[in-house]
Amino acid sequence: MSAVTAGTIERASDEPWGPLPRRLSIGRIGLYAFLVISAAFFLIPLYVMVITSLKTMPEVLASNVLAPPQAPTVQPWIDAWLHACTGGDCSGLHPGFFNSVKITVPAVIVSIGISSLTGYALSFWNYKGANVFFLLLVFGAFVPYQVVLYPLILALRTAHLFSTLAGIIIIHTVFGMPVLVLLFRNFYVGLPIELFKAARVDGAGFWQTFFRIMLPMSLPITVVALILQVTGIWNDFLFGVVFAGRDNWPMTVQLNNIVHTTQGVPEYDVNMAATILTAAVPLIIYFVSGRLFVRGIAAGAVKG
Amino acid sequence: MAQVSVRDLDVGFGSLKVLQKLNVTAEDGEFLVLLGPSGCGKSTLLNAIAGLLEINGGQIFIGGKNVTWEEPKDRGIGMVFQSYALYPRMTVEGNLTFGLKMARVAKDEIQRRVARAAGILQIQDLLKRRPSELSGGQRQRVAIGRALVRDVGVFLFDEPLSNLDAKLRTELRVEIKKLHQQLGSTMIYVTHDQIEALTLADRIAVMNGGIIQQLAPPKEIYRRPVNRFVAGFVGSPSMNFIEGKISKAAGNVGVKLNGGDTTVSLKGYEFSGMPDDGRPVALGVRPEQLTPTSTMNGAAYLPLRVSLIDPMGADSLLWGTVGSDMVSIRIGAEDHYKIGEGVNAGFDPALVSLFDAQSGERV
Repeated sequence: MSAVTAGTIERASDEPWGPLPRRLSIGRIGLYAFLVISAAFFLIPLYVMVITSLKTMPEVLASNVLAPPQAPTVQPWIDAWLHACTGGDCSGLHPGFFNSVKITVPAVIVSIGISSLTGYALSFWNYKGANVFFLLLVFGAFVPYQVVLYPLILALRTAHLFSTLAGIIIIHTVFGMPVLVLLFRNFYVGLPIELFKAARVDGAGFWQTFFRIMLPMSLPITVVALILQVTGIWNDFLFGVVFAGRDNWPMTVQLNNIVHTTQGVPEYDVNMAATILTAAVPLIIYFVSGRLFVRGIAAGAVKG
Repeated sequence: MAQVSVRDLDVGFGSLKVLQKLNVTAEDGEFLVLLGPSGCGKSTLLNAIAGLLEINGGQIFIGGKNVTWEEPKDRGIGMVFQSYALYPRMTVEGNLTFGLKMARVAKDEIQRRVARAAGILQIQDLLKRRPSELSGGQRQRVAIGRALVRDVGVFLFDEPLSNLDAKLRTELRVEIKKLHQQLGSTMIYVTHDQIEALTLADRIAVMNGGIIQQLAPPKEIYRRPVNRFVAGFVGSPSMNFIEGKISKAAGNVGVKLNGGDTTVSLKGYEFSGMPDDGRPVALGVRPEQLTPTSTMNGAAYLPLRVSLIDPMGADSLLWGTVGSDMVSIRIGAEDHYKIGEGVNAGFDPALVSLFDAQSGERV
């Protein structure tokens, strides 16, 4: 028989007791060193872009690429936004920025709206041919853009939507759907089917179940879709240059035109500032909604 | 009036037939429990009654009305699910009122019904909370409340207590029983837990393989199971089966146990039809029907060799062998037996069951 006694147990000082002590081994140090060096290596381009954008042109040409600016200036940033030239037009990047906003915001909203509805219909309302439809839709995710580019131009021209804002929004919505529907459908399939049954017993129909029950639960997956779509559409170049038309060219197309202007000396400082400005939106979205995303997952837990 | 009547119901998924020509009726105010192992079709039957799945044939009547083609909301039912299925983004109040808002019930009527349901289930303090802020027991109360506010005559429960821990399960079981007495509505309750079935039901329908094996009050299911499946499924610890052959000698009918020359007397057993001599049978005896005895009179006893003792708190379970069959006996917690010891377990033949060894039907 063993007895439980209170008080201190007699033990040798080197005997294992309590939590395993954490030791920093050589292997660990090496691993951390490797990680730090890789991170620094991948950050070099960003560092070069930022310091170059803060230098004046003479300094850019005179100094080392990695040297910090002697007299930091924000003039290149102002020039990039307001005065940079593409061909004869010298109004900077800002028209492109607003074009990109005009394309991205409606395209993101429409594509997420349609895709969540389609995903919901495909997961809970098991209608005839649903699986075939879903298969076709997913197949769409693997179609190379080049194959459909020309037929799409013809189709949009026939519908008088070529080179219009509406046209480019439709294109982004359609091409966003395969991945987004897959995303939403798989999210809804993971929800307990009993929730859907309960709503039916309660008398909620197709739309009421979607808007009052399912959509409020979709925050985590909507944030994922938002990140995907905003970065995807903002960064798009091909569709923008082909379908948007000269008046609606997105920021990426204008950035390209600024950087590739062949008159005079290339203004590296302005180019760097313009590039950072163009990349800023997806980066901000990523940092802001990335945090929301984690919070959304924690708050959306169904079972406890 | 809320009788639920299922007539010639056929349900299948593709080529798999889950229910075929099934008939069952729950009388007005009755507590009917559908009991069976998983995959026996009990939940399918409940979902068919609720109108939540497509049926292939047959009719469903609720309150005398043919609701076979009606939407779930128009059938006059409330349903409680195993996973609670509370709407996670709504408060408890939102959950309770959602169905009423869908049905465009007047505001003050909604208030009245929610207050009543919350009063009955004692969830008044929880109305402003979200489901994620509730414990399992509280969630299931809210789920019951959601069925309650619908003011319907029929409640359908789909394994409502299976996700709860043992203590809560017992508490809520008692509450569901009280609720039934208080409301007097018809309740159909699906479970695989035979204790729930025995405690709650007015009648139990024991199902297996999509077929109702026996539909009877709990006492009869327990005392006179119609076949070996029902006998083995209901009761915990489960019934002992000892294989043997009918032997008739000098006007006495008994069972000659396999692998030995013991013959057990069946004096007092009610046969449904006198079996032939030598027919292979299984003798079914519940652990609590067996008592260790020293007297050999009457000869209704099983000679067994002790192999294991399971203490269970209030009493103990003694496991022994009779021939090649394992047999358990309920004994007092303070009784002592040695492993390998021989014990004679006596029983009253009038209380036991006898099944045909081939068909499993009661003899």
